[in-house]
Amino acid sequence: MTFINYAAKEINCKVVYYGPGLGGKTTNLQFIYDRTAPEARGKMISLATETDRTLFFDFLPLELGRIRGFKTRFHLYTVPGQVFYEASRKLILKGVDGVVFVADSQSERMEANIESIRNLESNLKEYGFDLMELPYALQFNKRDLPDATPVIEMYRMLNYKREPTFQAVATEGRGVFDTLKAVAKQILIHLRNS
Amino acid sequence: MSRADFVVHQQEFQLLEECLERLQLDASSRAVFLIDKNGQQISASGDVSSFDTTSLASLTAGNVAATDGLAKLIGEREFSVLFHEGERDHIHISVVADRAILVVIFDERSSLGLVRLRVKRASSEMSDLFEQMDAARQLAAGGDAVPSPFAELTDEDIDALFSE
Repeated sequence: MTFINYAAKEINCKVVYYGPGLGGKTTNLQFIYDRTAPEARGKMISLATETDRTLFFDFLPLELGRIRGFKTRFHLYTVPGQVFYEASRKLILKGVDGVVFVADSQSERMEANIESIRNLESNLKEYGFDLMELPYALQFNKRDLPDATPVIEMYRMLNYKREPTFQAVATEGRGVFDTLKAVAKQILIHLRNS
Repeated sequence: MSRADFVVHQQEFQLLEECLERLQLDASSRAVFLIDKNGQQISASGDVSSFDTTSLASLTAGNVAATDGLAKLIGEREFSVLFHEGERDHIHISVVADRAILVVIFDERSSLGLVRLRVKRASSEMSDLFEQMDAARQLAAGGDAVPSPFAELTDEDIDALFSE
């Protein structure tokens, strides 16, 4: 749900990074935070466990600039990927404008990827969203690992609707901004068409 | 798809701001914030500069969402008021008209009783305002709607945002 403030001339959009546990969602946000000019970003908040696993969410506010005189702000959130945090994961999706799915390329995580996309689809449905219509980008993360599943195979298993798909190594930043841009662009196009 | 955007126009924004300013003064609070349930700040009044308002909005929305989840777990519709007591400052959080969150930060110059009383009155005023906003929106949807500035958004406009 985009928040448009005509008085303050601001558009605020919410992007959620979804995917299985330890897939690199927080790493995506951390890289964006590290590489964004301080004046264009707010404080990054991580509600994590003592072992640095996401407990509730990570949050990063970004200001991309002006569009038609409106300040364009994107609020990036990650969900906790671990299966047993289902209740809190669902809460984060509330009011989402676009989703980035961060898939783990390791072959042993393929089942977890598929399960997480199904979980995303069903949680969105509960809020009345249809993933077929929602701005959405897919990221194959950890492409640098030796046992990374071939891209074609991952695409065959995880592609949902021919969404923009990117190969990434989030620890090095490869593919991170391309993925963000792809979803942000779709959100703005959606705003134009709605 | 359920994607009703939350739109605030100039006049509505001013009325909400006036209501917030009144609440901030009447409750003798440090600051008050109006936040939408997804964590976007709508407006604020008082000693706002001493807070990280974006983080405050996002964490408050997360807090309210988690508490809502808890309420449903035990069969309640919602817990409409949350109160966090600190050593110096306290936070009073309440849900307004099921769509916005009103946050009042206060210290020893005020009291929980006063804040609750003033919040109740302000909530009722804001609920009325939200209803009027909905009515105006429905009227606009029926015909003479002001065209959205985003309707003419070009691909170049969007690309320019990502030119860096």
